Amino acid sequence: MKSTAVATPSMWERMDPRRLMGGVSQHRVLASAAVLAVLPLLVPYPALAINVLIYGLFAAGFNLVFGYTGLLSLGHAALFGTGAYGCGIAIAVLGLPWYAAILVGLVFSTVSAALIGGLAIRTRGVYFGMVTLALAQCLYFLFYQWVSVTGGESGLRGVMVPSIDIGPIHLDLFDPVQKYYFLLAFVVLALMAFSRILDSPFGAVIEGIRENENRARASGYNVWFLKWMSFVLSGLFCGLAGALNAIHLGVVSIDSLFYTTSGTVVMMVLLGGMGTFFGPFVGAAAFLSLEDITANWTSHWQLIAGLVFIACVRFFPRGIWGSILARLRA
Amino acid sequence: MTEIPFDLIALQVLTGLALGCIYVLVATGLTLIFGLLNIVNFAHGAFYAAGAYLGVFAFTYTGNFWLSLVAVPFGMALIGLPTERFLLRPVYGRDPSYPLLLTFGLGYVIVELIRIAFGTDGIPFNAPAALKGSLFFGDIAFPRYRLFVMAFTAALLAGLWFLIEKTSFGLIIRAGARNPEIVSVLGVDTSRVWMLIFALGTAVAGVAGFLAAPMRGVIPEMGVTVLIEAFVITVVGGMGSLPGAVIAGLSMGVVVSLTSYFAADYSNVVMFAIMAAVLLVRPQGLLGRPEFAR
Repeated sequence: MKSTAVATPSMWERMDPRRLMGGVSQHRVLASAAVLAVLPLLVPYPALAINVLIYGLFAAGFNLVFGYTGLLSLGHAALFGTGAYGCGIAIAVLGLPWYAAILVGLVFSTVSAALIGGLAIRTRGVYFGMVTLALAQCLYFLFYQWVSVTGGESGLRGVMVPSIDIGPIHLDLFDPVQKYYFLLAFVVLALMAFSRILDSPFGAVIEGIRENENRARASGYNVWFLKWMSFVLSGLFCGLAGALNAIHLGVVSIDSLFYTTSGTVVMMVLLGGMGTFFGPFVGAAAFLSLEDITANWTSHWQLIAGLVFIACVRFFPRGIWGSILARLRA
Repeated sequence: MTEIPFDLIALQVLTGLALGCIYVLVATGLTLIFGLLNIVNFAHGAFYAAGAYLGVFAFTYTGNFWLSLVAVPFGMALIGLPTERFLLRPVYGRDPSYPLLLTFGLGYVIVELIRIAFGTDGIPFNAPAALKGSLFFGDIAFPRYRLFVMAFTAALLAGLWFLIEKTSFGLIIRAGARNPEIVSVLGVDTSRVWMLIFALGTAVAGVAGFLAAPMRGVIPEMGVTVLIEAFVITVVGGMGSLPGAVIAGLSMGVVVSLTSYFAADYSNVVMFAIMAAVLLVRPQGLLGRPEFAR
């Protein structure tokens, strides 16, 4: 007699980390949502959890270009920052409701991504990094000088969204926990879209471009367009993160467009693990916790960040999540 | 505006050329390191700032501008040598984004160390007495210090040209840029050459920072702007081309200086607009090799 037991693995087999991981990566959006849903209970205060959420999304958007398409952009502050300014200007200057403001933010960031990407993708390799950095800095200057709308050096103030009413649901955004779950809804939606993109043929081809650009071109793919598309989609995610950050903070600081913001997101993705689905959030959590801890005993956070970053690139290029994955696969 | 006085324009052009000289020096260091080591040094701006602080520090101790000007390149080379040996050498042959990211992190560290040592505020620094005041050409007064910067840059570039084109060490440099494997097979210790080139590039960046100090001020973040300006110049001038860097640097200096006089609001942005135009028309830059473009 044939036994059906073969099909149902024993409890020990099910506990095998590799099997477990297989299950987790099959339901990666669900798994992320579950972890993020309990995150406020795991961190010392909700503000840190909110930052992990926003910067995790920013890092995930950056990861699409850096980890999956293999383009090292050093100008992603421009996408995050214009998303934040677009949303902020819509609320503080134009007086639009929050949902329209988020859309304005997405339009700002997507247009910036289309322009920066369109120019930068004309160059290759390390020059791509140089050009994205320069163009992002150009946007920084533009927003810095556009004082009448952006507030210039002192930043854009008065991005007030005190409460949200969707049908019968009333959310008080002064309560950090309610704010967290409000933002989480957007992040989960974005992750669903992100996961769908990675599963699509487009997602497969951009990874192909990362592995061998010439081969992808020889196979008949329009490499320029696909890279540009990946950059624009990345702008959508990073812009959403920026817009959410504007609503979260109530102000948009000019620093959100500065090159250090681009540096931060590179560090987060490297720390977490480039080209992995969970890596950006793990990296954002690790980076922000480290910043939070070091802030207690030194004001020279940038020194620590630089050293950690160097150590990471030098000895630990797979990042935290990437190393865990590699160990499980070994 | 009716008529623009000629002497004002001439002065503005000269200011631009002096500014362009700083651009050229920074971009030359970058190009030199890139040409041979295949590394984009993102810590170059931090080295520029470190050079300025080192010079100001040396000046406060010695009181002698010329002595400080000699001390800066040697001090900077002492920073560059271990950087190459312990930070960059281990990642040669890996993906080019590794050294890029390493130097990016190093830039953070150096800038923060400067803040710890010298504070976050700027330090005022004036041109030495011998170079104060102006020289008159007809009716037009040219600040001496800016003329000195131009002459010094020209001399430095001539020296570099002589080193690369006319000496046996230069022969190794040029051969190493083409095919490092063959050079090392022929018995040249290429790793030592690369270390020296990195130190040389660092030294030039430091000198540029010190020369710029009386013109552009000394603050810990001074390197950020100049690094990005140097990137723009390398992209415009042509990737990996030293003559391209010189032409683009000088003309960009003049353009920025004239824009800041006629349309000050756009002076920060004009450079990027030019870069965007160059990328659209000629992605490899004016004198660049086409393999860096799409």
